[in-house]
Amino acid sequence: MKRYHPADETRARKHRLPAWAVTPTFILGVVIVVIALILAIFPAQIAPYDPTEVVITARTKAPSPEHLFGTDNYGRDIFSRVVWGTRIDLSIGFFGVLIPLIVGSIIGLLAAWYGGWLDSLLMRISEIMMAFPFTILVIAIITILGTGTINLFIALWLVGWMSYARLVRAEVLTLKNSEFIEAARVAGFSNARILLRHVLPNVISSSIVFAASDMVMCMLTGASMSFLGLGVQPPTPEWGAILNEGRTYITYASWMTFFPGLVLAITGVGLSLLGDSLTDILRRKGR
Amino acid sequence: MRRLNYILKRLLQMLPVLLVVTIMTFLMIHLIPGDPARIMAGEKARPDAVEAMRVKLGLNKPLWEQYGIYLKNLLTLDLGTSMKFSRPVVEMIRERLPVTVALTLFSTFLGLLFALPLGYLAGIQKDRMADHAIRISTLIAIAMPSFWVGLLLMILFSVNHRWLPAGGWDNTNLFTEFKCLILPAFTQSLMTAAILIRDMRNSVVDIIRQDYVDFAKSKGLSAGAVRRRHIIRNSMVSTVTLLSMRMAALLGGSVIIETVFALPGIGKLTYDAISARDYTVVQSVVFLFALLVLVVTLLTDILYSFLDPRVEF
Repeated sequence: MKRYHPADETRARKHRLPAWAVTPTFILGVVIVVIALILAIFPAQIAPYDPTEVVITARTKAPSPEHLFGTDNYGRDIFSRVVWGTRIDLSIGFFGVLIPLIVGSIIGLLAAWYGGWLDSLLMRISEIMMAFPFTILVIAIITILGTGTINLFIALWLVGWMSYARLVRAEVLTLKNSEFIEAARVAGFSNARILLRHVLPNVISSSIVFAASDMVMCMLTGASMSFLGLGVQPPTPEWGAILNEGRTYITYASWMTFFPGLVLAITGVGLSLLGDSLTDILRRKGR
Repeated sequence: MRRLNYILKRLLQMLPVLLVVTIMTFLMIHLIPGDPARIMAGEKARPDAVEAMRVKLGLNKPLWEQYGIYLKNLLTLDLGTSMKFSRPVVEMIRERLPVTVALTLFSTFLGLLFALPLGYLAGIQKDRMADHAIRISTLIAIAMPSFWVGLLLMILFSVNHRWLPAGGWDNTNLFTEFKCLILPAFTQSLMTAAILIRDMRNSVVDIIRQDYVDFAKSKGLSAGAVRRRHIIRNSMVSTVTLLSMRMAALLGGSVIIETVFALPGIGKLTYDAISARDYTVVQSVVFLFALLVLVVTLLTDILYSFLDPRVEF
């Protein structure tokens, strides 16, 4: 049995969200994201049909209780395809941001801290990258690497790290000469300790805030690339790719394009709401 | 005169960036796995055809010499010949560039048209109903994939009601061209408007609290004059910076929008060229996009110097 200790309670209270943070928009965001996560983790239990099973007799059926979102030109159940697609689209959003967040932050941290050629190199690279529209850069990298899911991720990673590096760099530069960093230096702490224990915790929150909105952008870019046929390849169910397949039938089977896009938009709204609330919480806590 | 110097200085600063961009687009062809000559000649080309292609493209020369030739050709506006369409790439770009430029300008215009009043309203009405409603709308606008919105508008306005053309390009006269651009430009303007609204709102919230606004009011300026000269003009400064970044995004987004609406612009050309593995064209349009972004950035800097007198020349 665990003995009662007053400190446990204060610790628990500290980790609970304050009442002002629990707004209706925050709750809506959580609900949407949780549903999306459940779909992504248990697609086999939720999807009523096999997402790639071709049923010639059930081609382009309109939405009905049997097929909630209708069927496509191969007779595949669109609801099941959309459910299975959740896993892929959420991972594009999540992993498309996670790697740049980590790698970009480290690069920005080192560049600002050590300065010199590393910093100038970073700034020159970012200047060149800024000269290309984001979509064009992703497309150019995919053109070089070839189409496919893995190459889509690589393209997103190669393009995405720069924003984080610039963000962290700017924050570190303003923090570098502050008194507590000076104090840590005078105390004789190693560079690694100052960077990890004192600088990083103070600069990472703006990156995390940016990452929340970047996730939506990443998911949309991934879906757009798949829509153009450059990302996830059919028959793998991905929302953008499903939409692309439905385009040809838009005049008489509009449900093929309507539902995947709707789910993508709702998921994006959920992530944005959550990201916005997170921004508010971090901003108030920072004060 | 000082402004002219400033513009010249910015032009000179752009040159090194432009040079590296040419190196990157030049290397693009060489970075594609496999033999460039075989890629350009096509998968099924016979060995002698591949060799002929190698000589024709100068791929048998050393890399630095190839780059020199590439640079010389760029300066003389010779972008090579399209493998797929067997036409000079410059000619293809010249035909399509006006469509993309018109689309981008139209989208930007619509975006600003929505953003300025709504952003101002949200900022003035901070934390009231209008602000919340606008905030939720912008969230939704940002999360909606443009290709989906485009297709939905197409179903609504072109398939169900035949009010507007369902994509394609009708160049009989200016009016038909305008009609073809309405849906794509509106689709593209949504996200731009949403992003600008959020920025504008935050600037307005900050600015109405500033001392100079109080001062302007207390010295007896009319509400309209305070709004025009002090609030809107100052909140425009960050909006303009954001707008130039959005214009770069709009240019990139043209690949998707022009593909959805079958508009014969640079974006559609990019898509067609990638689908056809026409790398000469891909290389040229990637370069063109970078050039357009640099031009937009330069124009923004110039505009900025008019808007914010504190900008140093």
